[in-house]
Amino acid sequence: MIDIFAKHAGLREAYGALTATSPRNPFEVVIERPVSASVGIIEGRETLLFGTNNYLGLSQSKKAIKAAVETAETMGVGTTGSRIANGTFGLHRKLEARLAEFFRRKHCMVFSTGYQANLGTISALVNKDDILLLDADSHASIYDGAKLSGAQVIRFRHNDPVDLEKRLARLKDHPGAKLIVAEGIYSMTGNVAPLDKFVDIKTRHGAYLMADEAHSFGVMGANGRGVAEVQGCEDGIDFVVGTFSKSLGTVGGYCVTNHDGVDLMRLCSRPYMFTASLPPEIIAATMAALEDMQERPELRTKLQDNAARLHAGLQKAGLKTGEHVSPVVAVTLETVDQAVAFWNALLENGVYVNLSLPPATPDNRPLLRCSVMAAHSPEEIDRAVVVFGEVARHFGL
Amino acid sequence: MTDSVTDISAMIIEKLLANPKVPRDIDGNSKIVEDLAFDSLAVMNFVMEIEDEIDVSVPLDKLADIRTINDLAGCLHALKVAQA
Repeated sequence: MIDIFAKHAGLREAYGALTATSPRNPFEVVIERPVSASVGIIEGRETLLFGTNNYLGLSQSKKAIKAAVETAETMGVGTTGSRIANGTFGLHRKLEARLAEFFRRKHCMVFSTGYQANLGTISALVNKDDILLLDADSHASIYDGAKLSGAQVIRFRHNDPVDLEKRLARLKDHPGAKLIVAEGIYSMTGNVAPLDKFVDIKTRHGAYLMADEAHSFGVMGANGRGVAEVQGCEDGIDFVVGTFSKSLGTVGGYCVTNHDGVDLMRLCSRPYMFTASLPPEIIAATMAALEDMQERPELRTKLQDNAARLHAGLQKAGLKTGEHVSPVVAVTLETVDQAVAFWNALLENGVYVNLSLPPATPDNRPLLRCSVMAAHSPEEIDRAVVVFGEVARHFGL
Repeated sequence: MTDSVTDISAMIIEKLLANPKVPRDIDGNSKIVEDLAFDSLAVMNFVMEIEDEIDVSVPLDKLADIRTINDLAGCLHALKVAQA
């Protein structure tokens, strides 16, 4: 009998080597419970959380919690069905209308996760006769959506408009539709995409543009509509995809657009059709969090201030960070062993960040991915920077 | 301009040898994943470098059938011919 797990031998070896040298398994960290948005109990200790996506701290929004409780009590805890069968409640339609209004778009589709929003949008928009042009550093959900679509996939260099244009020019005689996919903020590095330049290129080459604003929705722009709002190019973005699981603190995803053809996506997007819809209490909490976000623009200002504080602090401590100031600040290290040891020392000193390892990182180098929240106090950020500096000195970095 | 499969294969080998981590004894029959220890991301990134050399774009699905350096050279050559 063939060992069905034999194909994972390489992974088992890499995983074994990693966990053998680490006092704890970096992939099995348990946050026993959150004490607040910025502090959680890990290994029995209060730990500063600098590795979440809870940018505005709204996972602890009082308004969202109240809405979830009231809705669960009146409507139950699940829909037990797909959006195209018994899984569309009035609340789902209401959330879609609210999001369309927020983004100033004609249409919105809500998906059960952000991952499915990318899968469901990409796989419904293009097929084997079309071309997808993906930023090389795209999230796994974008690559998986591409695979599900069957479209021909061409990567362009990360954040590089010149490279994108060169590749589009090579496709000038290709008869299929062309869809460019880029992210607003890249989740691993915090890099911000030049969406305005991509809009200019897609217009000249007759392509469509989809922006995944998962990490920039609620975070960037005067109204929180993301990088496209900051760069003044929203009209040129055909499809905006994002998630509720970051700035809104819940779970779920969306696609908004002005293209009327999107209505038929509800009947051909498999990740939309063949899964249970979001439970009503999650929809209610998401709508309340969206209101909270709109009523408190100061959260975004605080977030930007905190991002600048952490970025400057880590740079001053001599650590290698990216150039973009965004709520994701990644410290790049040279070797996996170094990164694992550094990450453990941070946790033992009360700071939790994400350990990101190749091949999930660009450049084949490990990252300590930090993310800031509006809920962090200046003292918490300064404390994290001090711990980073001490650990770096300890390891002679 | 590079125009034959042999030329493209030689150019790929030259590019690969510029990386000190690549074994010195590679040839056109070397397997990219097994012999060069490239993971899927490394393969995609390397192909991106080669694409610029001969001005073609390789769709990702084509990479699934490529095992050796000569396979890659053949694929690039076919794309270049189709593009001409």
